[in-house]
Amino acid sequence: MKFSSATLVTLALILAASMVISLGVGAVSIAPARVVQILLHPGDPSLEATETTIVWNLRLVRVLLAALIGAALGSAGAGFQGLFRNPLADPFVIGASTGAAAGATLAIVLGLSGTLIGLDPVSLCALAGAVATVAAVYVIASIGNETPTLSLLLTGVAVSSLMGAIVSLMMFLHDEKLVTIFGWLMGSFSGRGWATLRSAAPLILAAIGMLWLTARSLDALTFGEESATSLGLRLTRVRGTVVVAASLATAAAVAAAGVIGFIGLIAPHIARRFVGAQHALVIPASALTGALLLVLADDVARSVAAPSELPVGIITALLGCPFFLFLLVKRRREFGTG
Amino acid sequence: MNRSLEARDLTCGYGNRQVLDSLSLAARAGEVLVLLGANGAGKTTLLRALARQLRPARGCVLLEEQDIQRLSPPELARRVSLTPQSERRDWPLTIEQAVLLGRAPHRGWLLPYTPADRERVELALNSTGLSDMRERLITELSGGEWRRTILARALAQEAEVLLLDEPTAGLDLKYQVDVLRLVRRLAIEQQLVVVLTLHDLNQASLYGDRIALLARHRLIALGTAEEVFTAELIQQTYGVPVTIVRHPVYSTPLVVPLDADANAAPPKP
Repeated sequence: MKFSSATLVTLALILAASMVISLGVGAVSIAPARVVQILLHPGDPSLEATETTIVWNLRLVRVLLAALIGAALGSAGAGFQGLFRNPLADPFVIGASTGAAAGATLAIVLGLSGTLIGLDPVSLCALAGAVATVAAVYVIASIGNETPTLSLLLTGVAVSSLMGAIVSLMMFLHDEKLVTIFGWLMGSFSGRGWATLRSAAPLILAAIGMLWLTARSLDALTFGEESATSLGLRLTRVRGTVVVAASLATAAAVAAAGVIGFIGLIAPHIARRFVGAQHALVIPASALTGALLLVLADDVARSVAAPSELPVGIITALLGCPFFLFLLVKRRREFGTG
Repeated sequence: MNRSLEARDLTCGYGNRQVLDSLSLAARAGEVLVLLGANGAGKTTLLRALARQLRPARGCVLLEEQDIQRLSPPELARRVSLTPQSERRDWPLTIEQAVLLGRAPHRGWLLPYTPADRERVELALNSTGLSDMRERLITELSGGEWRRTILARALAQEAEVLLLDEPTAGLDLKYQVDVLRLVRRLAIEQQLVVVLTLHDLNQASLYGDRIALLARHRLIALGTAEEVFTAELIQQTYGVPVTIVRHPVYSTPLVVPLDADANAAPPKP
């Protein structure tokens, strides 16, 4: 236990270090030591004003956003994997991301405005889309008490395609908003500012907290429904909480930065290697790992084709797809019996 | 306190398939009640109904004269534990982490475990012979080791009613005997109600204080091994001719199957 808490602290330190390095990455590169100086003493006269501006006004918000979105996707992945008792579940694979995108696109083309309980229409519609998609996938993919991999993946693909079709239809019907929607859908942090960070942060932190509270219940779910029930677990309540919390994290991430795949798949796998299988550790470790992965992926997105940049969703897909296929091959045996 | 678990006029099944038909039986504290019956006779269904995993179509289950349907999930879990025949294990928890979850009915799903919880788990690990392998991952255990882990979790749950579905399945002889002796000792020392299913008739005879024979959806006999181990009743239960002999050391009744075709030559010369 002590060892694992130390692992969490170590992960957090690695994340902090990588964020500092990332602040120096880009068209103008700044040494990490200088970045720390700029962060700690922004008024220091010995610093170059341009570098201070770049770090504080351009890069800091972006790196923070990448870390936040990564944490959301990583913990949502851990939640979905625990809920479906399946290591291939991920917000993107099971269709939650696309569902959120459909909801958000709807809000954009309808030009909805105003707020409800402090949420903007894009976030709200993204949340509704994500919850509806996950609930549909859960109901359709479960066979009796089980959610076999094959059935989960097929259902995820089918529901995702439907949601994708809805997005395409709306783009087709509203071609005046094509560029807006398309740029946002690709998954990118460019052009997102402090406002985005401020609206996404409370949702994502609340969702991670909610997920963390279900940790022991997710552990008990390991044993199957009958045993979990005989340990006094209220199955419906736990499932409802996990679906809502993980969908909320996904929706907030999608509303802020578009569809970014596979972080939620990879992060929990890495996390479990370091902290074991208890969800009380897996969930925070997945959040930290997801944050780390997305910060690094965004560094690549910014520097590989500099001075222009790639949408980070492309980088995570290039990284994540092979990993997903690797997991699939490892589990191939299961399909024969399924 | 007079603990008891009673099925009263219990009728239940799955969909249209009726598995138990107006079955009544009472398990008492301080004894091991063994359910025997052919495959599909309804042993597991009865255990599931006793644990409220299955809603009866008619009749009820009473825990100390109170209908178990009225208990909240955590209260039921504090008082009744069910260990099913097989369990999933999707994530590589350690044995100790898995057994600690038996404390959830007492500690809830949010609060950290207390030293008292860890003490309980320690006892459960010791009595199932698992203390030296507590760090092993449950995904890497043999079938028998996994069964013992599940049993340890049920013990850590500290319920007054232990329902065990084939607790000896997959165990080698030493652990089969260990498990049966352990639950019998616990039943007597802590005045627990223990109901379990077995396939080995002779173990039932040795370790069961009372034995219930189930056949054709009904209870056909309930009593001590002396009372229910008759050639006639066992044949009714399993559809196989048997003869009853005596245990050479304890002189308890033992069941020995006969070849169905009485006129044929013995199965092996």
